[in-house]
Amino acid sequence: MDCDAFYASVEKRDDPSLADKPVIIGGGRRGVVSTACYIARIKGVRSAMPMFQALKLCPEAVVLKGRMEVYTAVSRQIRDLMEELTPAIEPLSLDEAFLDLTGTERLHGTPPAAMLARLVRRMQDEIGITGSIGLSHNKFLAKVASDLDKPRGFSVIGKAETADFLHDRPVRLIWGIGPAAQASLDKAGIRTFSDLKRWDRDALSARFGAMGERLWHLARGQDRRRVQRNAPVKSISNETTFLEDTASAEILDGHIWRLSEKVADRAKARNTAGLVVTLKLKRANHRLLTRQSQLTDPTQIADRIYRTARELFNIVGDEGPYRLLGIGLSHLTSAEGADLSGDLLDPLAGQRARAERATDAIRNRFGSKAIVKGRALR
Amino acid sequence: MKISIERGTLLKAVGQAQSVVERRNTIPILANVLIEAEGDTVSFRATDLDIEVVDKAAAQVERAGATTVSAVTLNEIVRKLPDGALVQLADDGASGRLNIEAGRSQFQLATLPREDFPVMASSEYHANFSAPAPVLRRLFDKSKFAISTEETRYYLNGIYMHVAEVDGGKVLRCVATDGHRLARIDTDLPAGAQDMPGVIVPRKTVGELRKLLDDDEASIAVSVSETKVRFATPAITLTSKVIDGTFPDYTRVIPVGNTRKLEVDAAEFAQAVDRVATVSSERSRAVKLQLDEDRLVLSVNAPDSGAAEEELAVAYGDEKLEIGFNAKYLLEIASQVDRENAVFMFNSAGDPTLMREGNDTSAIYVVMPMRV
Repeated sequence: MDCDAFYASVEKRDDPSLADKPVIIGGGRRGVVSTACYIARIKGVRSAMPMFQALKLCPEAVVLKGRMEVYTAVSRQIRDLMEELTPAIEPLSLDEAFLDLTGTERLHGTPPAAMLARLVRRMQDEIGITGSIGLSHNKFLAKVASDLDKPRGFSVIGKAETADFLHDRPVRLIWGIGPAAQASLDKAGIRTFSDLKRWDRDALSARFGAMGERLWHLARGQDRRRVQRNAPVKSISNETTFLEDTASAEILDGHIWRLSEKVADRAKARNTAGLVVTLKLKRANHRLLTRQSQLTDPTQIADRIYRTARELFNIVGDEGPYRLLGIGLSHLTSAEGADLSGDLLDPLAGQRARAERATDAIRNRFGSKAIVKGRALR
Repeated sequence: MKISIERGTLLKAVGQAQSVVERRNTIPILANVLIEAEGDTVSFRATDLDIEVVDKAAAQVERAGATTVSAVTLNEIVRKLPDGALVQLADDGASGRLNIEAGRSQFQLATLPREDFPVMASSEYHANFSAPAPVLRRLFDKSKFAISTEETRYYLNGIYMHVAEVDGGKVLRCVATDGHRLARIDTDLPAGAQDMPGVIVPRKTVGELRKLLDDDEASIAVSVSETKVRFATPAITLTSKVIDGTFPDYTRVIPVGNTRKLEVDAAEFAQAVDRVATVSSERSRAVKLQLDEDRLVLSVNAPDSGAAEEELAVAYGDEKLEIGFNAKYLLEIASQVDRENAVFMFNSAGDPTLMREGNDTSAIYVVMPMRV
């Protein structure tokens, strides 16, 4: 199941005046398009396109920054509907998920295709969001099918027609084939699945390594990967590309705080905590610098993440300027064992953590802007 | 160079030196040990650029000279030679090989020129003093468990050795902390140490130093400058850079007003903590201490895996108290106590707790409680 222009659809649902306008969700002048509605897509706007280019193609577009917390809530509602079909759900993102419906026909007394049709119908009626369905006998083909006739698509690729279906299709359909892999396949003269099928197994492995083995199977429409329920989240990170490159410690400090807070909010929402804090900096020349620090005990407190990231920033030993900054939290564990122990050398840390919890409570009641740190305004 | 040396003597000297060598090296010569023969001694020198060890041993020197070979390989070879064997090391200068002969075994090792071997610049030391090995052993052994591993607070990645004032007199003091626990160990100030600058001795150096301190009879010559510290016995000289940073003002951290006193047999206490902590698989296992009139109940409650409780008879006469600690931290400080009872001084469930051995204030430990 793949929602149609998810973020844009949520915005149009919540503000009907946008219904017939091209809507783009994405960040700032230097940002990229994260979602474009179908009207904007007619003009050629695509996801991941730089914003300035999108606005050249579609100057009349309404650009919105996006409301992650709303999207997350809507995603949760959709998830609840999906869970009525099967417990075996593997979310790929907020708006896309694999559902394993094997064996559910006997449970529901209805074939999977009918259950899925009912699912998208309910999504539209009850939540106001449309989605496309791809139904097939493995993940690779289901994913391909879901993209076949968007929006409001419904495609089925059966076992019997798999070979015919793939025959003339381009190999770039394969999820994970980016421009680099595409180029090396082109070099080998592989453009379509029929080209790929002509290669024998050893030759593919010899030429493409581990990917070769997988390609051999995909050429035959085979994919043995299972639908993994709740694939464990390994890390939480947020990053931001600046409007203008900066070397200002004060401006960067503001970003470190805001991103630490975002990461902490997400950790708190999932009831997890992390042991390792990562600071990521991209220099103006696109060179990437990352620094990590392992804490003595896991945390989900923005203040601790921020302070650790600040110390990492202090020892980076590079003047900048930077175009991007990111904060990550990894080695995630349950929040039960987190932030239980105070810091002898920082006796006020406990007070700051309590202040943060109080701030969280206020925000939950009065909204995320109800109370902010001065540091966040930098 | 050509020397003959007894296998046991050689193994000891090379073993000591090679442990400084980093296993993964980007500079090839740092994997080597510099062998220098002159008079009737041979010395083995190894470095990681922060620490340098020179180990001298008696040998029959037929031809003086010097060369460098892989420290790990040389150590392995010597280790595998039979005990009591006489080992001959010889290099002819031309072949670029070091020949090793012992009995019917022969080895040739590739060498690198001695000129390329980095020798640590000598330093002017502000203070020179000597201390018996057992005194230094106590200072470092009792504090090293509290050394931090957090890279961001690099100035905590070692033991702060300095001169401190206690009741108008001066002591030599070692302090280590990671922010959760702290160890502060004092000893009488050795003559000559009064002008010593405070230095942070890195964790790796502490580990290497420990090997010099096993001999109860040994006296260790200590030299300290702002940037380096040196520990020497007649055979071994360990020189190390110190951590370039400021150790935080730890004195504010040590509670002075804690009045609730618990006295307990340290070994019994440690065993009980260890037992109850078994049920928790969490990374930071929390143990709850419930104190009441001469009674201590230790408990662990891990919702996912189980619960445990144990009662101990103790000396406690203050108000009831419930306080939690990381089990590992409690075990570590309890295991520092070896002669008398452990004395804990509490304030409240949120404040740092102090622990010492009996009434001895020359070794005190502070541990931060945990919410339970």
